Amino acid sequence: MLELQHVSFGVNEEGQNKEILRDINLTIPDGNLTVITGPNGGGKSTMAKLIAGIIRPTEGKILFNGEDITEMSITDRARAGIGFAFQQPVRFKGLQVFDLIRLATGSKLSSVDACKYLSEVGLCARDYINREVNSSLSGGELKRIEIATVLAKGSQLSVFDEPEAGIDLWSFQNLIKVFEGMRKNIKDSSILIISHQERILNIADEIVVLSDGKLISHGPKDEIMPSLAGTMSAVKRCGKDVSLEGGEG
Amino acid sequence: MLNLDATSDRLLAEVADLHKVPVGAFNIRANGKAVARNSSANIDIVPKENGSGIDIKIKPGTKNESVHIPVVMTASGIKEIVYNDFYIGEDCDVVIVAGCGIDNCGPKDSEHDGIHRFFVGRGSKVKYVEKHYGSGDGAGKRILNPGTEVYMEEDSYMEMEMTQIKGVDDTVRDTKAELGKGARLVVRERLMTHGNQNAVSNYRVDLNGEGSSADVVSRSVARDDSYQKFDAVLTGNAACSGHTECDAIIMDNGRILAVPGLEANNVDAALVHEAAIGKIAGDQLIKLMTFGLTEQEAEEQIINGFLK
Repeated sequence: MLELQHVSFGVNEEGQNKEILRDINLTIPDGNLTVITGPNGGGKSTMAKLIAGIIRPTEGKILFNGEDITEMSITDRARAGIGFAFQQPVRFKGLQVFDLIRLATGSKLSSVDACKYLSEVGLCARDYINREVNSSLSGGELKRIEIATVLAKGSQLSVFDEPEAGIDLWSFQNLIKVFEGMRKNIKDSSILIISHQERILNIADEIVVLSDGKLISHGPKDEIMPSLAGTMSAVKRCGKDVSLEGGEG
Repeated sequence: MLNLDATSDRLLAEVADLHKVPVGAFNIRANGKAVARNSSANIDIVPKENGSGIDIKIKPGTKNESVHIPVVMTASGIKEIVYNDFYIGEDCDVVIVAGCGIDNCGPKDSEHDGIHRFFVGRGSKVKYVEKHYGSGDGAGKRILNPGTEVYMEEDSYMEMEMTQIKGVDDTVRDTKAELGKGARLVVRERLMTHGNQNAVSNYRVDLNGEGSSADVVSRSVARDDSYQKFDAVLTGNAACSGHTECDAIIMDNGRILAVPGLEANNVDAALVHEAAIGKIAGDQLIKLMTFGLTEQEAEEQIINGFLK
């Protein structure tokens, strides 16, 4: 279980303190799929980074399974059972896809096992396993490899920052299958997804809406979805399918 | 086996992956003397008359054969220059494994300067693998100054894989190549320096024949207080294509100077150079740390991958 208690995060810009997140209180229970949504610049990605330990809150506490992890390093949080899929996956010169999956599992791994994770994200394993994770891979390929590494890590809590961005050539349904498979295969695992895709919101147990650094609403999907519906149908009319908004850095 | 000491055996394994007497032609040199030599039906190894090195003569049409010519030095204070000439006949396909390992536990410098010349016959394909390695904790330096000259005839192909990962204090590598019509040269250099080491790598590649091409790529890491210089000049004297790339990671107080140079003397010469130097990207470290690696473990993995 993950708990955020009165978490705030601010940055100093040109001598002015700018609050990105303000007094967030949130609990993600075990075995739960929560989707965080809301407009651009609302603080969603910041929240994901705070959970993974990439940045530290300026105020408040983060607890994981009852333990205060606020000051814990990225490494220790990963070891405690937190996984993180970057919105913009990192490229590495020299490291191969197999290396990345092997490092994610933290143990010796046969290439057959590594291939399973690639197949799950719809990549023909044979073609990718020995590829370098460099600029020869497209953004969409990298994104799927990123998701495969989080699958391979098999964390108790996996955080995905906009997993749908750039996977246009892969069926959306497969991405949803990946999340469903994770819930089934990792006991008591929870998944936290930052997204503004209606189809991802639809598989959520709970939805959190963040706007302007504040938690606007949080509750079961069926309760929250109607309040978002107006925004979504407006976007749909623009012919942009189901996106509420664009990406967030 | 060869009745060498344990250190020499270890060095042979490091620089030439040799764990026993190799199959085929070989010449093993230890502490300034040839300790084992074997010619095969197609590959003849002959000592030069003045004793300065060996000639390796590969008969035309020799395919799928290899030559091993490793050098090991375990005595402190030896300085030697060795001249080895490779005459590769037409239409061959061979692998040449060189390499030098120095273990210096003494107070005096140990130096091996291997000067290799390759005459690659028409249509031949050569893979050259050279690994340099140093060990030992003596005050004496481990110095390696390889000189390589490559003369490539029409439609020949040469791939050079040159690695120096650890323990060599001082090195100046000079590589020159002249390419004839349709010849192709591929160089992959991997270099890591640490401590107070110095490494200079100079390449001069002349693309003289129509349709010739060269691809010279160096990946290197400079740690601690070490210094590296990569100086690669491609000269296009005909309709040809050339690419040179220096990709380097600096850590601690490491310093690197990259001097890519291109000279086009023919309007149909297409030459490209790329050079990038920088520290390990923070995002790369963070990504591996989200797998549970420490920052140091992440650094090691990134460097190992980079130099692979």
